[in-house]
Amino acid sequence: MNIEAIIRAGLSTGTILIFAAIGEILAERSGVMNLGLEGVMLVGAMAAFKTSHVTQNAWLGLIAGILAGGILSLAHGLVSIHLQADQTVSGLSLTFLGTGLALVLGEGLTGLNVPTLPNVDIPLLSSIPGIGRIFFSDFNILVYVGYILIPLSWYFIFKTRPGMHLRAVGEKPSAADSLGINVYGTRYLYTFIGGCLAGLAGASISIAISSGWYSNLTTSGQGWIAIALVIFARWNPIPAAMGGYLFGMLRRFTLDLQGPMSILGFRNPFFYDHNLVFFLQMVPFLLTIIALLWGSGAARRKRLGAPTALGVPYVRGERGM
Amino acid sequence: MKAPFKISVEKRMEEIPKWMPAAISLGAVLVAFIISGIILLFTGSNPIRIFRFFFNAAFGSWGAFSDILVKATPLIMIGTGYCLAFKMNIISIGGEGQFYMGAFFASLVVLVPLVPLDSPKILVLSLMALMGIIGGGLYGLIPGVLKAYFNVNEIITTLMLNYVAVNWNNYWIFGKYSDAGFQMTPTFDKVAWLPRLADLSKNIPFFSGITLHLGVVFGLIAAVLIWVILKSSRWGYEITLIGDNPRAAEYAGVNIKRNILLVMVISGALAGLAGMSEVTGVVHRLQERISTNYGFSGVIVAWLAKLNPLAVIPISILFGGLIVAGREIQPSGLSFLIQGLTLFLVISSDILLRYKIRITRRQEKAL
Amino acid sequence: MTMTTEGRPFAVEMRDIVLRFPGVLANDHINFTLQKGEIHALLGENGAGKSTLMNILSGLYRPDSGTIKVNGTPETFNSPRDAISCGIGMVHQHFMLVPTLTVTENILLGLKTPRFFMRLSKYDKKIQALQEEFGLKVNPSAKIWQLSVGEQQRVEILKTLYRGADVLILDEPTAVLAPQEIDELIGTMRALVKQGKSIIFISHKLNEVKAVADRLTILRKGKTTAEGINPEGLSRGDLAELMVGREVLFHINKEIQSPGDVVFEVENLSTDNDQGMRAVNNVSLSIREGEIFGIAGIAGNGQSELVEAITGLRPCTGSIRIHDTEVGNCPPYKSIHCGMAHIPEDRMGVGTAPNLSITNNVIMKKYVHPPISKGWRINYTEAQKHAVILKDGYDIQAPNVETPAQKLSGGNLQKLILAREISGQPGVIIAMQPTRGLDVGAIESIQNLLLEQRKNGAAILLLSEELDELLELSDRVAVIFEGELVGQMNASEASLNTIGMMMTGSLRSEE
Repeated sequence: MNIEAIIRAGLSTGTILIFAAIGEILAERSGVMNLGLEGVMLVGAMAAFKTSHVTQNAWLGLIAGILAGGILSLAHGLVSIHLQADQTVSGLSLTFLGTGLALVLGEGLTGLNVPTLPNVDIPLLSSIPGIGRIFFSDFNILVYVGYILIPLSWYFIFKTRPGMHLRAVGEKPSAADSLGINVYGTRYLYTFIGGCLAGLAGASISIAISSGWYSNLTTSGQGWIAIALVIFARWNPIPAAMGGYLFGMLRRFTLDLQGPMSILGFRNPFFYDHNLVFFLQMVPFLLTIIALLWGSGAARRKRLGAPTALGVPYVRGERGM
Repeated sequence: MKAPFKISVEKRMEEIPKWMPAAISLGAVLVAFIISGIILLFTGSNPIRIFRFFFNAAFGSWGAFSDILVKATPLIMIGTGYCLAFKMNIISIGGEGQFYMGAFFASLVVLVPLVPLDSPKILVLSLMALMGIIGGGLYGLIPGVLKAYFNVNEIITTLMLNYVAVNWNNYWIFGKYSDAGFQMTPTFDKVAWLPRLADLSKNIPFFSGITLHLGVVFGLIAAVLIWVILKSSRWGYEITLIGDNPRAAEYAGVNIKRNILLVMVISGALAGLAGMSEVTGVVHRLQERISTNYGFSGVIVAWLAKLNPLAVIPISILFGGLIVAGREIQPSGLSFLIQGLTLFLVISSDILLRYKIRITRRQEKAL
Repeated sequence: MTMTTEGRPFAVEMRDIVLRFPGVLANDHINFTLQKGEIHALLGENGAGKSTLMNILSGLYRPDSGTIKVNGTPETFNSPRDAISCGIGMVHQHFMLVPTLTVTENILLGLKTPRFFMRLSKYDKKIQALQEEFGLKVNPSAKIWQLSVGEQQRVEILKTLYRGADVLILDEPTAVLAPQEIDELIGTMRALVKQGKSIIFISHKLNEVKAVADRLTILRKGKTTAEGINPEGLSRGDLAELMVGREVLFHINKEIQSPGDVVFEVENLSTDNDQGMRAVNNVSLSIREGEIFGIAGIAGNGQSELVEAITGLRPCTGSIRIHDTEVGNCPPYKSIHCGMAHIPEDRMGVGTAPNLSITNNVIMKKYVHPPISKGWRINYTEAQKHAVILKDGYDIQAPNVETPAQKLSGGNLQKLILAREISGQPGVIIAMQPTRGLDVGAIESIQNLLLEQRKNGAAILLLSEELDELLELSDRVAVIFEGELVGQMNASEASLNTIGMMMTGSLRSEE
């Protein structure tokens, strides 16, 4: 069991989850729940891959992936915000829509070799003994983008004025509205941004981290895990990041776990029964349910940060009676 | 220069004509096809040729039609279960997981085995059906309890439990019950096969190769049963009342917690039965992929059917057609696309039921 | 006069304000003046028009006619922002605060500065300074959900002060406060005034008003009954009379009858509101067959919670008995089963299912009994027949019995609810605000229906904001004030004066 390899795998794979999760955090903090992440990620992956192939430029592919995700999410936004339809159903249909679009427009892309984003070392930091090798060398550039995005998004949400307005809109839109904040506009903006980040996540799969296009197996459920991650992380980017890297490590870990006969002196159950790893795969989903259960106490809810107005369309109250 | 007319959106005050919801659903399907056609054009394919191939693949022969009904069977059961839940405003999307659990529990009868394999067929199959119902029902009970007693959001819990169920299933089929290490169990003994029309081909050669199996009867019975319950039973009235205004239901003395549990268990049981029907009627074994997203398509079906189980039947057949045709044609994502577009358009157009668009001439200002 | 006796313009001057809502004249040529540095109380019952008047002043509504002058200059307010820029800020009864944000963040919400980066510590200090100036202690970095209601109120006040308010309007500020918090609030108001602010505060509690107000204005049914008077010389009785008035709208035909045995008893009932504060405190009462027991009181004194506890919609302690069967703290079906009918305050939110038809609404409590129920099924033909009978019998105006409930007007909706509840000749009827918001014709029908039930021997608990109606219909009355029943007496012995005083907390007599 190579701890270093596990950590590195976690950082790589986790980055994908984290992009999607942070995007969803932003959207949900404004009150809009986007269950269609899986579809949006797939569209982003396809758009990035195809554009990279057509233009032979991975960076253009990246931009295409991001924009595709954002635009697709705007459809969900329109339906949820202005048309005030049920956000769950809209999100689910977005999954189908996104998957369908990606498969149809991505026809014929499987197996192609396209330009991908490069792996790099971070100049000074990679020379630090130990840590440098694990965290800062030979990672895809998007992984480092992830490193920066995490504290940046946290700071944005909790320490800046627009972030404060974001939280107000998702928490109590009537109060925000009464103070002149544009509730609809805010929700559209963050739905778009969330979609862009989901597109980025998709692009990081197809043209960066696990590069390639494998039709609908490309995202293989990571969109759903990202949704679970958002809840589990209580709509806060820092725990989301930790959870994302953890879930990433879990995937790699489950492979490695089957190797040794004993771990730390104890009989390794996974060696004797490889299939126990399926229980490990259940972990992210079970953890989310437990987190929800724990958070359901009304008093707890205040501390746990589920935006109170999440999923509830905002209708300006009648003035008068 | 202002346009000579203006468009205003007003709330509808009168009753919606009865034909409107159905017309809107139908319209949405048509528009979905049109948009998909446009997208296909964009990729350089010929949409007309593809759609024609589509319909041929789906409706071209009796064999194909039978395949459609086979695919529609689980959709009918899962969709009906969703109708029940959604009517009470419980947004459960756990059909997929309940389906797998039902399949698993049913398979246990053969895998353990729970009864000797030389028992009469009707015993084995009845037991498997019962196990399927129990498996799905229990799996629906979990999020039901969480919602009724802890007010935990059922959307997320049912969604998460879907993936837990798939992994649970995988554990057993890769492991203890695996067929020589492949991700499936050995094929079930013939005693555990649901009868299909092809079985009668000795007497009726027309039926040779027709895969339609008894499960479709389960589905039809389930749909009619739930329809009757919702339309004319006391329980159906309670469900409708809770769905429309839970505070009024509480005020009227209805036991909301109990109803949440009942609805979750029964919709789960229906999905579980669908799972049993799929493993005994179609694949005849427990394997990794026994569902082509039935759990999610079921949501779309229920929504399109406007929560009416009788309407679920034809819509499931339509979607069955989409799935069957989707298997054959390129590009492979077309059926996903159409399904997603349809639902999207339907929920967008729902707004037309509440508001109407009026185009009026601008009045000249009197001088 | 447009000047104070010292020759300075009024801080705020409202002349001839008229505002009409569909069906009601909320403000009928109202005059109101506010001197700089004074605390001016605005008194009146529910529906008197005081909140409306202040909503006009704070920019939420626009009057149909009338003028507003601020410091002598005429102003028009198109939105709350205009009012705020003139220095007028309102603290509403229902706070507009975001629970998960801190005090400082809530105060800064919606403002142009800070632009992007929030160095909260800098603003914390600013807010702290503001607090010292006005004596409003609250921890700037605390989150709103951690604060008590009194502290949250202080945050709302700070919000207006931060935005430069010189005139503060406080809407029923003491309604949500505990007694010690009320003293703190009064201290705050005095401190604000010392710093040159002027305060208008809306209330119905006479003892508080007398303790702190420099001048009073009293509204009744949209008109001014007293304008800018000094409360010094007046007794509480006088004030109550000005508030509650003497008009009798119409005469109800109530027969004298002697009531029978006690069939409905409440003993030591207590319950809390949603915020966890005690809303009903040791209430006891009993009602006999053929008797109407009326409870008067201004909204917010525990009526809703009392009714919810009695009808099983809210947990409570104490005993509730119908014909000696204990139904206290049991789910609603228990009391329904014992023959209790409930006409709820919230017609659309609780009393009916909006998208269901009249038929389906009318069988809400009957669907388990034959002939509507037929085994496990519902006999919709019978249900429809029943609905048609009720529709005709109670004169419910609607196209047919399949019309969805939400299409009915308020009056017809109420008739639907009454039809459902009383057509079964219930033994006990709990009627909460049964005629609220209805036109004269509908009011009369509903009152007659209640009287008819009384004749048939029902025990009726009636809660109404319309004092005249209450006194005319009831055999016995009591007043609820701050969760307790004060004064139970025969209706014939009750004077408006006494009732008014009890409603405003001036008199607490236990009978």
